[in-house]
Amino acid sequence: MIAFENVAHDYGGGPLFRDVSARLEQGSFHFLTGPSGAGKSTFLKLCYGELLPSSGRVSLMNRDVRTLSRDGLAGMRQRIGVVHQDCQFLDHLSVEQNVGLPMTATGRPLSDSDLSDLLGWVGLGQRAEALPPTLSGGERQRAALARAIISAPSVLLADEPTGNLDWDMSQRLMMLMIELNRMGTSVLIATHDLQLIRFAKAQVNARVLRISGRRLQIAGAEL
Amino acid sequence: MSAREISRLVVPGRGQSVWLVLLSSAAMAFLAVFALALSVTASQLAGNWSTALARTATIRLSAPPAEMDAQTAFVLEVLRTTPGIAGARVMVSDEQAALLEPWLGPDLPLDALPLPRLIEVTETPEGPDRQGLRLRLAAEAPGAVFDDHTRWRRPLAEAAARLRAFALVSLGLIGGVTAAIIVLAASAALASNGQVIRVLRLVGARDRFIALAFVRRISGRAFAGAMAGTALGIGALLLVPEAGGSVHLLSGLGFSGAGWLLPLAIPPLAMVLAWMASMATAFQVLRGVT
Ligand SMILES: Nc1ncnc2c1ncn2[C@@H]1O[C@H](COP(=O)(O)OP(=O)(O)OP(=O)(O)O)[C@@H](O)[C@H]1O
Ligand SMILES: [Mg+2]
Repeated sequence: MIAFENVAHDYGGGPLFRDVSARLEQGSFHFLTGPSGAGKSTFLKLCYGELLPSSGRVSLMNRDVRTLSRDGLAGMRQRIGVVHQDCQFLDHLSVEQNVGLPMTATGRPLSDSDLSDLLGWVGLGQRAEALPPTLSGGERQRAALARAIISAPSVLLADEPTGNLDWDMSQRLMMLMIELNRMGTSVLIATHDLQLIRFAKAQVNARVLRISGRRLQIAGAEL
Repeated sequence: MSAREISRLVVPGRGQSVWLVLLSSAAMAFLAVFALALSVTASQLAGNWSTALARTATIRLSAPPAEMDAQTAFVLEVLRTTPGIAGARVMVSDEQAALLEPWLGPDLPLDALPLPRLIEVTETPEGPDRQGLRLRLAAEAPGAVFDDHTRWRRPLAEAAARLRAFALVSLGLIGGVTAAIIVLAASAALASNGQVIRVLRLVGARDRFIALAFVRRISGRAFAGAMAGTALGIGALLLVPEAGGSVHLLSGLGFSGAGWLLPLAIPPLAMVLAWMASMATAFQVLRGVT
Protein backbone atom coordinates (compact mmCIF):
# COMPACT_ATOMS: atom_id res chain seq x y z
CA MET A 1 0.00 0.00 0.00
CA ILE A 2 2.71 2.42 1.08
CA ALA A 3 6.39 1.91 0.29
CA PHE A 4 9.45 3.94 1.33
CA GLU A 5 12.70 3.39 -0.59
CA ASN A 6 15.84 5.03 0.78
CA VAL A 7 13.82 8.01 1.92
CA ALA A 8 15.48 10.97 3.60
CA HIS A 9 13.72 14.04 4.93
CA ASP A 10 15.20 17.40 5.68
CA TYR A 11 13.30 20.53 6.82
CA GLY A 12 16.37 22.60 5.99
CA GLY A 13 18.52 22.09 9.05
CA GLY A 14 20.10 18.77 8.15
CA PRO A 15 18.36 15.43 7.57
CA LEU A 16 15.81 14.34 10.18
CA PHE A 17 16.21 10.75 9.04
CA ARG A 18 17.73 9.01 6.04
CA ASP A 19 17.97 5.66 4.28
CA VAL A 20 14.48 4.77 5.43
CA SER A 21 13.00 1.82 3.61
CA ALA A 22 9.73 0.24 4.70
CA ARG A 23 6.63 -1.38 3.26
CA LEU A 24 3.16 -1.20 4.74
CA GLU A 25 1.37 -4.15 3.13
CA GLN A 26 -2.35 -4.40 2.75
CA GLY A 27 -3.96 -5.54 5.99
CA SER A 28 -0.80 -4.91 8.05
CA PHE A 29 -0.74 -3.28 11.49
CA HIS A 30 2.21 -1.10 12.48
CA PHE A 31 3.13 1.12 15.36
CA LEU A 32 5.65 3.91 14.99
CA THR A 33 7.53 5.03 18.09
CA GLY A 34 10.52 7.14 18.88
CA PRO A 35 11.47 10.10 21.03
CA SER A 36 9.65 13.38 20.69
CA GLY A 37 11.09 15.26 17.74
CA ALA A 38 12.44 12.11 16.08
CA GLY A 39 10.20 12.57 13.07
CA LYS A 40 7.13 10.37 13.62
CA SER A 41 4.66 13.00 12.42
CA THR A 42 6.99 13.77 9.53
CA PHE A 43 6.99 10.09 8.55
CA LEU A 44 3.16 10.04 8.54
CA LYS A 45 3.02 13.23 6.46
CA LEU A 46 5.26 11.57 3.90
CA CYS A 47 2.78 8.67 3.85
CA TYR A 48 -0.13 10.81 2.63
CA GLY A 49 1.77 13.26 0.45
CA GLU A 50 1.57 16.34 2.67
CA LEU A 51 5.38 16.31 2.46
CA LEU A 52 7.59 15.09 -0.34
CA PRO A 53 10.82 13.25 0.52
CA SER A 54 14.06 15.22 0.11
CA SER A 55 15.50 12.13 -1.53
CA GLY A 56 14.43 8.58 -2.18
CA ARG A 57 10.98 7.49 -3.23
CA VAL A 58 7.59 7.21 -1.52
CA SER A 59 4.92 5.18 -3.34
CA LEU A 60 1.21 5.15 -2.54
CA MET A 61 -0.68 2.22 -4.02
CA ASN A 62 2.30 1.64 -6.35
CA ARG A 63 2.38 5.22 -7.62
CA ASP A 64 5.37 7.47 -6.96
CA VAL A 65 4.01 10.42 -4.98
CA ARG A 66 6.09 12.81 -7.06
CA THR A 67 4.33 11.80 -10.25
CA LEU A 68 0.82 12.24 -8.85
CA SER A 69 -1.24 15.17 -10.07
CA ARG A 70 -3.04 17.26 -7.46
CA ASP A 71 -6.31 15.50 -8.22
CA GLY A 72 -4.46 12.19 -8.20
CA LEU A 73 -3.19 12.93 -4.71
CA ALA A 74 -6.70 13.96 -3.62
CA GLY A 75 -7.95 10.63 -4.97
CA MET A 76 -5.32 8.78 -2.90
CA ARG A 77 -6.34 10.68 0.22
CA GLN A 78 -9.91 9.57 -0.29
CA ARG A 79 -8.57 6.05 0.40
CA ILE A 80 -6.37 7.09 3.34
CA GLY A 81 -7.82 8.07 6.70
CA VAL A 82 -5.62 10.49 8.65
CA VAL A 83 -5.78 11.43 12.33
CA HIS A 84 -3.59 14.52 12.41
CA GLN A 85 -1.66 15.14 15.61
CA ASP A 86 -3.48 18.41 16.14
CA CYS A 87 -6.74 17.11 14.73
CA GLN A 88 -7.58 19.96 12.30
CA PHE A 89 -11.29 20.72 12.04
CA LEU A 90 -13.45 23.29 10.33
CA ASP A 91 -14.28 25.25 13.46
CA HIS A 92 -17.53 26.71 12.14
CA LEU A 93 -19.04 23.31 11.34
CA SER A 94 -20.52 20.90 13.90
CA VAL A 95 -18.75 17.73 15.00
CA GLU A 96 -21.19 15.74 12.89
CA GLN A 97 -20.50 17.83 9.78
CA ASN A 98 -16.75 17.58 10.36
CA VAL A 99 -16.91 13.82 10.76
CA GLY A 100 -18.94 13.51 7.54
CA LEU A 101 -16.61 15.84 5.62
CA PRO A 102 -14.51 13.12 3.90
CA MET A 103 -17.71 11.94 2.23
CA THR A 104 -19.50 15.23 1.55
CA ALA A 105 -16.39 17.08 0.37
CA THR A 106 -15.63 14.39 -2.18
CA GLY A 107 -19.15 13.82 -3.45
CA ARG A 108 -19.51 10.36 -1.88
CA PRO A 109 -22.81 9.33 -0.32
CA LEU A 110 -23.04 9.61 3.47
CA SER A 111 -25.58 7.57 5.37
CA ASP A 112 -26.99 9.30 8.44
CA SER A 113 -27.22 6.02 10.33
CA ASP A 114 -23.53 5.19 9.68
CA LEU A 115 -22.65 8.65 10.91
CA SER A 116 -24.62 8.38 14.13
CA ASP A 117 -23.40 4.79 14.75
CA LEU A 118 -19.83 5.95 14.40
CA LEU A 119 -20.34 8.95 16.67
CA GLY A 120 -21.90 6.58 19.21
CA TRP A 121 -18.90 4.24 18.93
CA VAL A 122 -16.41 6.97 19.79
CA GLY A 123 -18.70 8.27 22.55
CA LEU A 124 -19.65 11.55 20.85
CA GLY A 125 -23.37 10.81 20.33
CA GLN A 126 -24.29 13.64 22.68
CA ARG A 127 -21.81 16.09 21.16
CA ALA A 128 -22.84 15.73 17.50
CA GLU A 129 -24.06 19.33 17.26
CA ALA A 130 -21.15 20.85 19.19
CA LEU A 131 -18.57 23.07 17.50
CA PRO A 132 -14.96 21.79 17.60
CA PRO A 133 -13.59 24.70 19.70
CA THR A 134 -15.93 23.63 22.52
CA LEU A 135 -14.58 20.06 22.62
CA SER A 136 -12.10 18.71 25.15
CA GLY A 137 -8.75 17.40 23.93
CA GLY A 138 -9.96 13.80 24.15
CA GLU A 139 -13.22 14.59 22.40
CA ARG A 140 -11.27 16.21 19.56
CA GLN A 141 -9.16 13.08 19.17
CA ARG A 142 -12.23 10.88 19.09
CA ALA A 143 -13.87 13.11 16.49
CA ALA A 144 -10.67 13.07 14.43
CA LEU A 145 -10.59 9.27 14.51
CA ALA A 146 -14.25 9.07 13.54
CA ARG A 147 -13.55 11.38 10.58
CA ALA A 148 -10.55 9.29 9.56
CA ILE A 149 -12.54 6.05 9.37
CA ILE A 150 -15.95 7.25 8.12
CA SER A 151 -14.97 6.43 4.54
CA ALA A 152 -13.80 2.89 5.39
CA PRO A 153 -10.31 3.74 4.09
CA SER A 154 -7.74 1.25 2.79
CA VAL A 155 -5.11 2.83 5.02
CA LEU A 156 -5.45 4.47 8.43
CA LEU A 157 -2.65 6.76 9.60
CA ALA A 158 -3.11 7.92 13.19
CA ASP A 159 -0.75 10.37 14.90
CA GLU A 160 -0.99 10.00 18.71
CA PRO A 161 -4.72 9.18 18.49
CA THR A 162 -5.01 8.41 22.20
CA GLY A 163 -2.70 11.01 23.69
CA ASN A 164 -5.43 12.76 25.67
CA LEU A 165 -7.62 9.78 26.51
CA ASP A 166 -8.10 7.74 29.67
CA TRP A 167 -7.20 4.07 29.50
CA ASP A 168 -10.80 2.86 29.00
CA MET A 169 -11.41 5.12 26.06
CA SER A 170 -7.93 4.36 24.63
CA GLN A 171 -8.73 0.66 24.67
CA ARG A 172 -12.08 1.29 23.09
CA LEU A 173 -10.58 3.28 20.20
CA MET A 174 -7.82 0.72 19.80
CA MET A 175 -10.45 -2.01 19.47
CA LEU A 176 -12.16 0.07 16.81
CA MET A 177 -8.90 0.29 14.84
CA ILE A 178 -8.19 -3.42 15.33
CA GLU A 179 -11.68 -4.21 14.07
CA LEU A 180 -11.04 -2.07 11.00
CA ASN A 181 -7.73 -3.85 10.45
CA ARG A 182 -9.49 -7.22 10.58
CA MET A 183 -11.70 -6.02 7.76
CA GLY A 184 -8.62 -5.31 5.64
CA THR A 185 -7.49 -1.77 6.45
CA SER A 186 -3.73 -1.24 6.84
CA VAL A 187 -3.11 0.65 10.07
CA LEU A 188 -0.14 2.77 11.13
CA ILE A 189 -0.25 4.42 14.55
CA ALA A 190 2.38 6.79 15.90
CA THR A 191 2.43 6.64 19.66
CA HIS A 192 4.58 6.78 22.80
CA ASP A 193 2.14 4.63 24.73
CA LEU A 194 3.84 1.26 25.35
CA GLN A 195 0.85 -0.01 27.34
CA LEU A 196 -1.35 0.58 24.30
CA ILE A 197 1.11 -1.24 22.03
CA ARG A 198 1.15 -4.22 24.36
CA PHE A 199 -2.65 -4.22 24.47
CA ALA A 200 -2.83 -4.26 20.66
CA LYS A 201 -0.15 -6.92 20.25
CA ALA A 202 -2.30 -9.24 22.33
CA GLN A 203 -5.07 -8.85 19.74
CA VAL A 204 -3.33 -8.58 16.36
CA ASN A 205 -0.05 -9.29 14.68
CA ALA A 206 1.35 -5.77 15.04
CA ARG A 207 4.88 -4.74 14.12
CA VAL A 208 6.65 -1.88 15.85
CA LEU A 209 8.84 0.56 13.94
CA ARG A 210 11.10 2.93 15.80
CA ILE A 211 12.78 6.07 14.62
CA SER A 212 15.97 6.78 16.47
CA GLY A 213 19.40 8.03 15.53
CA ARG A 214 18.05 9.26 12.19
CA ARG A 215 17.20 5.68 11.15
CA LEU A 216 14.09 3.56 11.10
CA GLN A 217 14.46 0.30 12.97
CA ILE A 218 12.22 -2.67 13.56
CA ALA A 219 11.86 -2.79 17.33
CA GLY A 220 12.80 -6.04 18.95
CA ALA A 221 11.09 -8.39 21.33
CA GLU A 222 11.48 -6.11 24.34
CA LEU A 223 7.99 -4.80 23.59
CA MET B 1 -25.95 16.95 3.19
CA SER B 2 -25.17 17.28 -0.52
CA ALA B 3 -21.79 18.27 -1.91
CA ARG B 4 -23.34 21.52 -3.11
CA GLU B 5 -24.63 22.39 0.33
CA ILE B 6 -21.37 21.48 2.02
CA SER B 7 -19.50 23.55 -0.53
CA ARG B 8 -21.65 26.50 0.51
CA LEU B 9 -20.99 25.72 4.18
CA VAL B 10 -17.26 25.13 4.25
CA VAL B 11 -16.26 28.76 3.83
CA PRO B 12 -17.07 30.81 6.94
CA GLY B 13 -19.38 33.71 6.07
CA ARG B 14 -17.55 36.33 8.07
CA GLY B 15 -14.44 38.38 7.38
CA GLN B 16 -13.60 41.70 5.80
CA SER B 17 -13.34 40.28 2.30
CA VAL B 18 -17.08 39.64 2.33
CA TRP B 19 -17.74 43.33 2.92
CA LEU B 20 -15.08 44.37 0.47
CA VAL B 21 -16.78 42.39 -2.30
CA LEU B 22 -20.29 43.48 -1.34
CA LEU B 23 -19.56 47.19 -1.06
CA SER B 24 -17.19 47.51 -3.98
CA SER B 25 -19.46 45.67 -6.38
CA ALA B 26 -22.38 47.83 -5.23
CA ALA B 27 -20.37 51.01 -5.81
CA MET B 28 -19.04 49.82 -9.15
CA ALA B 29 -22.49 48.76 -10.35
CA PHE B 30 -23.84 52.19 -9.34
CA LEU B 31 -21.15 53.88 -11.42
CA ALA B 32 -21.67 51.43 -14.26
CA VAL B 33 -25.35 52.42 -14.49
CA PHE B 34 -24.34 56.05 -15.08
CA ALA B 35 -21.60 55.20 -17.55
CA LEU B 36 -24.06 53.01 -19.42
CA ALA B 37 -26.71 55.73 -19.42
CA LEU B 38 -24.15 58.25 -20.63
CA SER B 39 -23.02 56.01 -23.46
CA VAL B 40 -26.60 55.28 -24.56
CA THR B 41 -27.63 58.94 -24.40
CA ALA B 42 -24.50 60.07 -26.22
CA SER B 43 -25.08 57.49 -28.94
CA GLN B 44 -28.62 58.75 -29.41
CA LEU B 45 -27.48 62.37 -29.52
CA ALA B 46 -24.78 61.64 -32.04
CA GLY B 47 -27.31 59.76 -34.10
CA ASN B 48 -29.94 62.48 -33.90
CA TRP B 49 -27.57 65.26 -34.77
CA SER B 50 -26.03 63.54 -37.70
CA THR B 51 -29.19 62.19 -39.36
CA ALA B 52 -32.30 64.15 -38.44
CA LEU B 53 -30.67 67.54 -38.65
CA ALA B 54 -28.95 66.64 -41.88
CA ARG B 55 -32.35 66.70 -43.59
CA THR B 56 -33.26 70.24 -42.64
CA ALA B 57 -31.93 73.61 -43.67
CA THR B 58 -33.01 77.22 -43.27
CA ILE B 59 -33.06 80.16 -45.63
CA ARG B 60 -32.71 83.56 -44.03
CA LEU B 61 -34.12 86.31 -46.19
CA SER B 62 -33.31 89.96 -45.53
CA ALA B 63 -34.90 92.55 -47.74
CA PRO B 64 -36.52 95.99 -47.51
CA PRO B 65 -40.13 95.56 -46.31
CA ALA B 66 -41.47 96.54 -49.69
CA GLU B 67 -39.59 93.81 -51.54
CA MET B 68 -39.97 91.11 -48.86
CA ASP B 69 -43.01 89.37 -50.27
CA ALA B 70 -41.73 89.39 -53.84
CA GLN B 71 -38.34 87.99 -52.83
CA THR B 72 -40.04 85.33 -50.70
CA ALA B 73 -41.99 84.24 -53.77
CA PHE B 74 -38.78 84.15 -55.83
CA VAL B 75 -37.06 81.98 -53.25
CA LEU B 76 -39.98 79.57 -52.94
CA GLU B 77 -40.08 79.28 -56.74
CA VAL B 78 -36.35 78.50 -56.85
CA LEU B 79 -36.78 75.89 -54.15
CA ARG B 80 -39.76 74.33 -55.91
CA THR B 81 -37.73 73.81 -59.07
CA THR B 82 -34.58 72.56 -57.34
CA PRO B 83 -34.16 68.77 -57.32
CA GLY B 84 -33.52 67.32 -53.85
CA ILE B 85 -35.87 69.67 -51.98
CA ALA B 86 -38.87 67.92 -50.45
CA GLY B 87 -40.66 71.01 -49.23
CA ALA B 88 -40.36 74.58 -48.04
CA ARG B 89 -42.43 76.57 -45.61
CA VAL B 90 -42.35 80.19 -44.54
CA MET B 91 -42.32 80.50 -40.77
CA VAL B 92 -45.16 82.62 -39.43
CA SER B 93 -44.17 85.40 -37.06
CA ASP B 94 -45.55 83.53 -34.02
CA GLU B 95 -43.05 80.72 -34.64
CA GLN B 96 -40.25 83.23 -34.98
CA ALA B 97 -41.33 84.83 -31.73
CA ALA B 98 -41.20 81.43 -30.05
CA LEU B 99 -37.66 80.88 -31.32
CA LEU B 100 -36.52 84.25 -30.03
CA GLU B 101 -38.39 84.21 -26.75
CA PRO B 102 -35.69 82.38 -24.75
CA TRP B 103 -33.21 85.07 -25.77
CA LEU B 104 -35.24 88.28 -25.80
CA GLY B 105 -38.16 87.61 -23.45
CA PRO B 106 -41.90 87.13 -24.07
CA ASP B 107 -43.10 90.70 -24.65
CA LEU B 108 -41.36 91.07 -27.94
CA PRO B 109 -42.66 93.77 -30.31
CA LEU B 110 -41.71 91.59 -33.23
CA ASP B 111 -43.31 93.77 -35.85
CA ALA B 112 -41.17 96.70 -34.80
CA LEU B 113 -37.93 94.84 -35.49
CA PRO B 114 -36.39 94.50 -38.94
CA LEU B 115 -36.18 90.72 -38.66
CA PRO B 116 -35.22 88.53 -41.56
CA ARG B 117 -37.85 86.14 -42.79
CA LEU B 118 -37.12 82.44 -42.15
CA ILE B 119 -37.96 79.68 -44.60
CA GLU B 120 -37.75 76.10 -43.33
CA VAL B 121 -36.46 73.73 -46.00
CA THR B 122 -36.86 69.95 -45.87
CA GLU B 123 -34.46 68.00 -48.05
CA THR B 124 -34.99 64.63 -49.65
CA PRO B 125 -32.60 61.86 -48.53
CA GLU B 126 -30.35 62.59 -51.54
CA GLY B 127 -30.32 66.33 -50.81
CA PRO B 128 -29.91 69.19 -53.27
CA ASP B 129 -26.79 70.43 -55.04
CA ARG B 130 -26.02 72.94 -52.27
CA GLN B 131 -23.44 74.93 -54.19
CA GLY B 132 -25.75 75.32 -57.23
CA LEU B 133 -28.62 76.34 -54.98
CA ARG B 134 -26.50 79.01 -53.32
CA LEU B 135 -25.51 80.43 -56.72
CA ARG B 136 -29.09 80.57 -58.01
CA LEU B 137 -30.31 82.22 -54.80
CA ALA B 138 -27.54 84.82 -55.03
CA ALA B 139 -28.62 85.62 -58.56
CA GLU B 140 -32.39 85.80 -58.05
CA ALA B 141 -32.75 86.83 -54.39
CA PRO B 142 -29.57 88.52 -53.18
CA GLY B 143 -30.85 88.85 -49.58
CA ALA B 144 -31.31 85.11 -49.14
CA VAL B 145 -28.74 83.02 -47.23
CA PHE B 146 -28.91 79.24 -47.36
CA ASP B 147 -27.85 77.61 -44.08
CA ASP B 148 -27.65 73.79 -43.95
CA HIS B 149 -26.60 73.77 -40.25
CA THR B 150 -23.28 71.96 -40.93
CA ARG B 151 -21.37 74.63 -39.09
CA TRP B 152 -22.90 73.83 -35.70
CA ARG B 153 -24.08 70.32 -36.41
CA ARG B 154 -20.60 68.84 -36.92
CA PRO B 155 -19.03 69.91 -33.60
CA LEU B 156 -22.11 68.72 -31.69
CA ALA B 157 -22.02 65.32 -33.35
CA GLU B 158 -18.30 65.12 -32.65
CA ALA B 159 -18.84 66.05 -29.01
CA ALA B 160 -21.50 63.38 -28.66
CA ALA B 161 -19.21 60.76 -30.20
CA ARG B 162 -16.44 61.76 -27.77
CA LEU B 163 -18.84 61.50 -24.84
CA ARG B 164 -19.81 58.05 -25.95
CA ALA B 165 -16.18 56.95 -26.23
CA PHE B 166 -15.56 58.44 -22.80
CA ALA B 167 -18.50 56.48 -21.36
CA LEU B 168 -17.28 53.24 -22.94
CA VAL B 169 -13.77 53.75 -21.54
CA SER B 170 -15.37 54.37 -18.14
CA LEU B 171 -17.29 51.10 -18.41
CA GLY B 172 -14.03 49.30 -19.26
CA LEU B 173 -12.25 50.89 -16.29
CA ILE B 174 -15.11 50.00 -13.95
CA GLY B 175 -14.92 46.39 -15.11
CA GLY B 176 -11.14 46.29 -14.70
CA VAL B 177 -11.17 47.84 -11.22
CA THR B 178 -13.96 45.51 -10.14
CA ALA B 179 -11.96 42.49 -11.32
CA ALA B 180 -8.87 43.75 -9.47
CA ILE B 181 -10.83 44.23 -6.24
CA ILE B 182 -12.38 40.77 -6.53
CA VAL B 183 -8.93 39.24 -7.05
CA LEU B 184 -7.68 41.03 -3.91
CA ALA B 185 -10.76 39.99 -1.93
CA ALA B 186 -10.46 36.40 -3.09
CA SER B 187 -6.77 36.30 -2.12
CA ALA B 188 -7.63 37.73 1.29
CA ALA B 189 -10.46 35.25 1.78
CA LEU B 190 -8.26 32.32 0.80
CA ALA B 191 -5.34 33.54 2.92
CA SER B 192 -7.51 33.92 6.03
CA ASN B 193 -8.99 30.46 5.52
CA GLY B 194 -5.75 28.47 5.34
CA GLN B 195 -7.10 26.05 7.94
CA VAL B 196 -10.23 25.38 5.86
CA ILE B 197 -8.14 24.64 2.79
CA ARG B 198 -5.71 22.36 4.68
CA VAL B 199 -8.52 20.35 6.25
CA LEU B 200 -10.33 19.95 2.93
CA ARG B 201 -7.15 18.78 1.21
CA LEU B 202 -6.49 16.41 4.15
CA VAL B 203 -9.84 14.65 3.68
CA GLY B 204 -9.27 14.27 -0.07
CA ALA B 205 -11.27 17.18 -1.53
CA ARG B 206 -10.22 18.13 -5.06
CA ASP B 207 -9.02 21.63 -5.90
CA ARG B 208 -12.13 22.24 -7.96
CA PHE B 209 -14.41 21.55 -5.01
CA ILE B 210 -12.43 23.84 -2.72
CA ALA B 211 -12.15 26.61 -5.32
CA LEU B 212 -15.88 26.42 -6.05
CA ALA B 213 -16.71 26.76 -2.37
CA PHE B 214 -14.89 30.11 -2.33
CA VAL B 215 -15.95 31.19 -5.80
CA ARG B 216 -19.64 30.55 -5.09
CA ARG B 217 -19.50 32.66 -1.99
CA ILE B 218 -17.55 35.51 -3.59
CA SER B 219 -19.55 35.69 -6.79
CA GLY B 220 -22.79 35.43 -4.80
CA ARG B 221 -21.71 38.50 -2.83
CA ALA B 222 -20.68 40.29 -6.00
CA PHE B 223 -24.10 39.60 -7.50
CA ALA B 224 -25.94 40.80 -4.41
CA GLY B 225 -23.80 43.94 -4.21
CA ALA B 226 -24.23 44.67 -7.91
CA MET B 227 -28.01 44.23 -7.61
CA ALA B 228 -28.15 46.81 -4.85
CA GLY B 229 -25.82 49.20 -6.72
CA THR B 230 -27.79 48.85 -9.95
CA ALA B 231 -31.10 49.46 -8.17
CA LEU B 232 -29.69 52.59 -6.54
CA GLY B 233 -28.25 53.78 -9.86
CA ILE B 234 -31.57 53.33 -11.67
CA GLY B 235 -33.34 55.08 -8.81
CA ALA B 236 -30.92 58.00 -9.05
CA LEU B 237 -31.46 58.26 -12.82
CA LEU B 238 -35.22 58.35 -12.31
CA LEU B 239 -34.69 61.30 -9.98
CA VAL B 240 -32.90 63.36 -12.67
CA PRO B 241 -35.57 65.98 -13.47
CA GLU B 242 -37.05 65.77 -16.93
CA ALA B 243 -36.69 68.96 -18.98
CA GLY B 244 -38.89 68.90 -22.02
CA GLY B 245 -37.89 69.66 -25.56
CA SER B 246 -34.56 69.13 -27.18
CA VAL B 247 -32.20 70.24 -24.40
CA HIS B 248 -31.06 66.64 -24.14
CA LEU B 249 -27.63 66.36 -22.70
CA LEU B 250 -28.13 66.66 -18.96
CA SER B 251 -31.86 66.41 -18.55
CA GLY B 252 -32.13 63.42 -20.84
CA LEU B 253 -29.44 61.30 -19.11
CA GLY B 254 -31.10 57.94 -18.74
CA PHE B 255 -32.76 55.26 -20.77
CA SER B 256 -35.97 55.18 -22.71
CA GLY B 257 -38.48 52.39 -23.11
CA ALA B 258 -36.86 48.96 -23.32
CA GLY B 259 -33.50 50.67 -22.73
CA TRP B 260 -34.29 50.53 -19.00
CA LEU B 261 -33.68 46.76 -19.22
CA LEU B 262 -30.07 47.38 -20.24
CA PRO B 263 -28.67 48.06 -16.71
CA LEU B 264 -30.25 44.79 -15.56
CA ALA B 265 -27.35 43.10 -17.36
CA ILE B 266 -24.91 44.63 -14.85
CA PRO B 267 -25.48 42.22 -11.90
CA PRO B 268 -25.09 39.02 -13.97
CA LEU B 269 -22.03 40.49 -15.67
CA ALA B 270 -20.57 41.40 -12.28
CA MET B 271 -21.18 37.83 -11.15
CA VAL B 272 -19.47 36.34 -14.21
CA LEU B 273 -16.53 38.71 -13.74
CA ALA B 274 -16.26 37.79 -10.04
CA TRP B 275 -16.55 34.11 -10.90
CA MET B 276 -13.67 34.22 -13.35
CA ALA B 277 -11.44 36.44 -11.23
CA SER B 278 -11.94 34.44 -8.03
CA MET B 279 -11.61 31.08 -9.80
CA ALA B 280 -8.24 32.06 -11.25
CA THR B 281 -7.10 33.37 -7.84
CA ALA B 282 -8.32 30.27 -5.99
CA PHE B 283 -6.43 27.88 -8.25
CA GLN B 284 -3.29 29.96 -7.89
CA VAL B 285 -3.50 29.93 -4.08
CA LEU B 286 -4.34 26.22 -3.96
CA ARG B 287 -1.20 25.37 -5.89
CA GLY B 288 0.74 26.39 -2.76
CA VAL B 289 -1.07 23.86 -0.51
CA THR B 290 -0.17 20.16 -0.71
N1 LIG C 1 7.42 22.43 9.14
C1 LIG C 1 8.59 22.25 9.79
N2 LIG C 1 9.63 23.06 9.54
C2 LIG C 1 10.80 22.89 10.17
N3 LIG C 1 11.03 21.94 11.08
C3 LIG C 1 10.01 21.12 11.39
C4 LIG C 1 8.75 21.23 10.76
N4 LIG C 1 7.94 20.28 11.25
C5 LIG C 1 8.67 19.60 12.16
N5 LIG C 1 9.90 20.09 12.25
C6 LIG C 1 10.98 19.60 13.09
O1 LIG C 1 11.26 18.26 12.72
C7 LIG C 1 11.48 17.47 13.87
C8 LIG C 1 10.53 16.28 13.83
O2 LIG C 1 9.20 16.73 13.97
P1 LIG C 1 8.00 15.71 14.09
O3 LIG C 1 6.77 16.50 14.29
O4 LIG C 1 8.04 14.80 12.93
O5 LIG C 1 8.39 14.93 15.40
P2 LIG C 1 7.57 13.81 16.19
O6 LIG C 1 8.43 12.61 16.23
O7 LIG C 1 6.22 13.68 15.64
O8 LIG C 1 7.49 14.46 17.64
P3 LIG C 1 6.32 14.34 18.74
O9 LIG C 1 6.44 13.02 19.36
O10 LIG C 1 6.64 15.44 19.69
O11 LIG C 1 5.03 14.56 18.02
C9 LIG C 1 11.25 18.36 15.06
O12 LIG C 1 12.53 18.76 15.54
C10 LIG C 1 10.53 19.54 14.53
O13 LIG C 1 10.88 20.70 15.21
MG1 LIG D 1 4.36 14.16 16.20
